[in-house]
Amino acid sequence: MLWFLPLSFLAVFFFYPFFRILGYSFSSISFINSNLQLAFHVLVFTFYQAILSTLFTLLIGLPAAYLFARFDFRGKTLLRALTLVPFMLPTVVVAAGFNALLGPRGWVNLGLMRTLGLSSPPIQFVGTLGAILIAHVFYNTTIVIRIVGNALARLDPKLNQAAHSLGADSRRVWWNVSLPLLLPSLLAASLLVFLFDFSSFGVILLLGGPSFATLEVEIYIQALELLNLPLAALLAFIQLLCTLAFAILYTRFSNRSTVQSAQRAEQSNLRKPKAMLEKTFVAGMLILLISFFIFPMLALPLRSVSRLDADRGQYGSVQVGLTIDYYKELFINRNSSIFYVPPVQAAANSLGYAGATVLLSLLLGFPAASALAKPGRLERILDPILIIPLGASAVTLGLGFILAFGHWLAYPWLVPLAHTLVALPFVIRTLQPALASIPDRLRQAAASLGASPFRVWQTVDWPILQRATLTAATFAFTISLGEFGATVLLSRPDYPTIPIAIYRFLSQPGGLNYGQAMAMATLLMVLTTAGILLIEKLRLPGAGEF
Amino acid sequence: MLEIRDVYKTYDGQPLLRGISLRLNANETICLLGASGSGKSTLLRMIAGLELPDSGQIMWEGLDLASTPTHLRDFGLVFQDYALFPHLDVFDNVAFGLKMKSWAYGEIEKRVNEVLNLVGMNNFISRKVTDLSGGEQQRVALARALAPRPRMLMFDEPLGALDRALREDLLNQLRGILHQTHIPAIYVTHDQEEAFTIADRVLMLHSGRIVREGKPTEVWTNPGSAWAAEFLGLGNAIEGDCKSRNEKSKMWNIKTAFGNFDVNCEHKHNVGDKVRLLVRPALAEEGSVIRGRVTDVVFQQDRFKVTLENKLFVYLQSAPKIGQIIKGKVAVKCLG
Repeated sequence: MLWFLPLSFLAVFFFYPFFRILGYSFSSISFINSNLQLAFHVLVFTFYQAILSTLFTLLIGLPAAYLFARFDFRGKTLLRALTLVPFMLPTVVVAAGFNALLGPRGWVNLGLMRTLGLSSPPIQFVGTLGAILIAHVFYNTTIVIRIVGNALARLDPKLNQAAHSLGADSRRVWWNVSLPLLLPSLLAASLLVFLFDFSSFGVILLLGGPSFATLEVEIYIQALELLNLPLAALLAFIQLLCTLAFAILYTRFSNRSTVQSAQRAEQSNLRKPKAMLEKTFVAGMLILLISFFIFPMLALPLRSVSRLDADRGQYGSVQVGLTIDYYKELFINRNSSIFYVPPVQAAANSLGYAGATVLLSLLLGFPAASALAKPGRLERILDPILIIPLGASAVTLGLGFILAFGHWLAYPWLVPLAHTLVALPFVIRTLQPALASIPDRLRQAAASLGASPFRVWQTVDWPILQRATLTAATFAFTISLGEFGATVLLSRPDYPTIPIAIYRFLSQPGGLNYGQAMAMATLLMVLTTAGILLIEKLRLPGAGEF
Repeated sequence: MLEIRDVYKTYDGQPLLRGISLRLNANETICLLGASGSGKSTLLRMIAGLELPDSGQIMWEGLDLASTPTHLRDFGLVFQDYALFPHLDVFDNVAFGLKMKSWAYGEIEKRVNEVLNLVGMNNFISRKVTDLSGGEQQRVALARALAPRPRMLMFDEPLGALDRALREDLLNQLRGILHQTHIPAIYVTHDQEEAFTIADRVLMLHSGRIVREGKPTEVWTNPGSAWAAEFLGLGNAIEGDCKSRNEKSKMWNIKTAFGNFDVNCEHKHNVGDKVRLLVRPALAEEGSVIRGRVTDVVFQQDRFKVTLENKLFVYLQSAPKIGQIIKGKVAVKCLG
């Protein structure tokens, strides 16, 4: 009976909208020639940018994985944590960060304009394919570092030695032993990166603009701007099919990659860089990684407290320097503003939604996780069902809500429901191993020592679950705070969230709007980073990373 | 064949090997016996070329191997945890070394069957190595090392991960194979039973040096040092003072906490020297008399280990009562 609540929630808010999408995409008006042609073009571009992004991610990720797996250097743990931060940051923050660094009002362009006396930004970054690719690499490098790096670190050095003793030189050891053993992890990492690039939405919309239409962006455009719901549904259906196929492939590879690892090997593979070539490699990689990961994240908060250009298109000299005006402005409801409410209201809305998401996802996640922790025959069937929403993209979820609950779009409570759908798989996956890790023998021992069932729960279960619960809650909270894809389809103009406000500010002209976007994004970055750090601190040792 | 001259190795600032020299002759199996951490595995890895000595030479038929990388040394290596390639099946694991030598496929197939037959694993040829039991994996690892006909075989605690019955079984099989193939071998272990079973010559490694070297029977009858006697579990190692020397019988009278013993000794001692004695636990017709009250009796299959109140132990065929006073003759040997 435990699974009744979560299952009925999914039935109403996931599977019903999902069938509405199917219904729309198989209606006669969706399978028309022009639709199919557009879908084909969009699909081709989606693959194109995802493949390119994956290749570039591997280009940086593989040497970085080698760095982490083989070398011991000062600040390694910190750098490793640093590379994880982008992966968990909301897309709007990453987009705002790159905008602050390389955008038309960013540090680099304004700096060049000032020093060279130019009248327009010399570097065209926002609105190019390059921006999309760089942001994707920024996001996903950590996947390669963790998956391939872990596999590399756990390669048993004895296997190499055995191969050497059988007459293989270093090149043949690499081709005949190391590479075949690494291949499953290499493929798993590439597929996961590809999957994320394939279904990326916020980065492409904010940094590339609507002209770079991937499936996700096109669903959004068709649904919200052109109001062509059948076409949007068709695209969403294609998106779901592709995601499902890649997810199945990924699971297969990642299962294979876990079999062949020797945990003990990790330490013996590590060494301090000694030879000149090794030292150059380590130093070069450190400089590359630190600047690549720090600059956008540093540019953002700095830009939010620096006035570098005119607030509103006025000419003449501008007072350049530090300012907190952008933050002050968040509290003012100007008549000309793009909202009906002061921008800071967006923060209040976001916190409210996040709180509701935490409560709802814990309420649904606990029974689901308890049911899955002791799997019977029924639970084994239910397990994939509860995790399916993970595969659906946020934009698809949003579209499903529009199609299924269109009449209620005026109400703000659809947003936390959608956020709960996004957060639920993470919450379940966090709680389930903690619940499963409590052996029944512990409870039996406590009971035999005279503890009543409540005392057993209080003294055995709860201390172990406490951490997992807090982690799950933080997951739900940060996911809800940064959620963009579903929210942009569902939120009302008078109930903006922080990411929506940033998006709107960024798409408005003028230095003041830009500054407010920076200020909002900085707030969101601080909140999310705090959440990430908390999760990292609470993470159960040995829990899987992806 | 193999000759090692004065090899030194330091690990994390601690001296691990302090001047090791040894020879391995044709058709001979030697065994490096020592406690864990004694550096015996490191010595093996240096012979294999996986590590370099700080100083000293490792030579094969007079040629220094320092500049020969592992893959050109042609020494077979068998690890404790087998180190089979998990992505290859049994056939491809055994064929690996042959492929590295660019053998023709037909030859490879023939040789793989031959060595798998030798280790009794020919029915497993197309199995995944990850599905095999520990003993089966070690047989495959042995076959893999044998296949390219190496000029020497090295074993690093090869049976350490297996249970007792299986260990005995495999050990005898290995002994047979080594005699049959005439490949010289170095066998590293901390288990004296394994060492005495497999080795033509035993070298005992302690605190970075070879402290005793000889045929198993020689090492057994004369361990040479208190450490070796204790490590081999040969009996009671006790301390004593040299009291006087009987010039006619050339025996020293040595005073110990367990009584005075007359000991036949080839060492040079002065009166008052402290020496270590080995008191063998087996009762003998001739020897020094020991006497004591029984405090503990333990049944050990074919005998009883009887501990006396002064902590000495002896082996008896029948169990005495606790508290009973017993008396007997045992062999006492001076360890220097």
